[in-house]
Amino acid sequence: MTEIPSFKIFLNEIGQTSRFAYRFLIQWFKPRYEIAEFFRQCYVIGYKSLPLIGLTGFIMGLVLTMQLRPTMIEYGVESQIPVIVAIAIVREIGPVITALIFAGKIGSSIGAELGSMKVTEQIDAMEVSGTNPFKYLVVSRVLATTIMLPVLVMLSDAISLYGAYLGVNIRGMTSFHFFWIEVFDSLSFNDVLPAFIKTYFFGFAVGIIGCYKGFNSNKGTEGVGKSANSAVVLSSILIFIIDLLAVQVTDLLGFN
Amino acid sequence: MITPKTNIKTSVLSINKLCKSFGENTVLNDFDLQLYGQQNIVVLGKSGSGKSVLIKCIIGLLRPDSGKIILFNKDVHQLNDIELDKLRVKVGFLFQSNALYDSMTVRENLEFPLRRHWIKHPQKEVDQMVNQALTDVRLLHTIDMMPAELSGGMRKRIALARTLILKPEIILYDEPTTGLDPITGKEIIQLMVDIKKKYGTAALIISHDMNCVKLASDYVVILLEGKCYASGKYEELILNEDKKVRQFFE
Repeated sequence: MTEIPSFKIFLNEIGQTSRFAYRFLIQWFKPRYEIAEFFRQCYVIGYKSLPLIGLTGFIMGLVLTMQLRPTMIEYGVESQIPVIVAIAIVREIGPVITALIFAGKIGSSIGAELGSMKVTEQIDAMEVSGTNPFKYLVVSRVLATTIMLPVLVMLSDAISLYGAYLGVNIRGMTSFHFFWIEVFDSLSFNDVLPAFIKTYFFGFAVGIIGCYKGFNSNKGTEGVGKSANSAVVLSSILIFIIDLLAVQVTDLLGFN
Repeated sequence: MITPKTNIKTSVLSINKLCKSFGENTVLNDFDLQLYGQQNIVVLGKSGSGKSVLIKCIIGLLRPDSGKIILFNKDVHQLNDIELDKLRVKVGFLFQSNALYDSMTVRENLEFPLRRHWIKHPQKEVDQMVNQALTDVRLLHTIDMMPAELSGGMRKRIALARTLILKPEIILYDEPTTGLDPITGKEIIQLMVDIKKKYGTAALIISHDMNCVKLASDYVVILLEGKCYASGKYEELILNEDKKVRQFFE
């Protein structure tokens, strides 16, 4: 019997989040445009995430190559390492891992920031000061996450592939030029485009969930912690669901 | 001498039969109140009696279930967003938690309402207004500090400066002395009295601090069970024999 209320709460949560996302879609193109706040958020969300995304991307490429190497040698296809690594990173690992790290860093920070603003009445103060808090806080952040995540994924992919190049050269000898020729020859439009498009949806999911959780935070400081935590958990789950749907859609459209 | 903002004989705020419930919990039930120019009314009530809900309804942050709030001859809940924004310029709101923006300096906190409302001010004028508001609360030296660097009393005064910056005609104070030590609390009350004298503003003060009631009020309203249970001057209410009224003054 206890499952029924939980399931109701779950459905209610989905409904409320969908309404919140719909409100974003209605409001984002209506004036007044919060351009300065949008660029400030792009700087905070994009530029300040770069060191973390870059470092994890580099390690991801390096480790993936080192883990693949023994198996590739066993099957006698060591020369195909750049091809396999490039496809794996560009199509799947790069976008998903970067989005998950982005959700951990940005989703939690948006949830906690808006949550603390809510419980300390800063959102109400903003409204009293002639500002639409939804446009100022939510629209600017969701647009910034949607636009900045694809850029971060591209940079992360490039750094990952550089890490993969170093991984190849730890035990072998491959020229920088040859490695990149192999990488670009192995990648086609069908690999890059779907992977790039899905990152916009990942960015949107991270932004909208973080903002929803923060904007609807309650129960004081305990609520702020819960908002930050549930923003990360929910957006991470949503990233995997979007990824699953993206694979189905690209398959249907003949991109695979 | 600064010209008073409001006329002493004019009603600036009129609340008629205001009702507000949250689920089955009725917070305001046919609540009535009249606020005149240059008058300070203190609304006294227990915690959770709906005092904060009342002023959030007045400023349009909450929508009442029924009843009317007439602010400067306009029904607050019939206005569109632009009209409401114009009306809010005339009303200052001091939040219980101060609501200073943590990510902004004191200067940016004070500039925020100036930049966001529909009136556009040149930078020189903005600087003058910020300096004047900080001088009024005797905290000009904190202009480039962050809210986290300030004490509780200083934060309250900065919040008051932000409230004053648009030169409001009515100020709504939500428990202005809560969380402050008695000395700082008295300083804030004195500041509120000075503001009224200097600018001739009217004020609605939500409080359960008897010092605040005694020093800052022209008139007191006791909010009980969602209604205006008793009202009068402090000197009158303190002599009231009603058991429920007495519990506030004992």
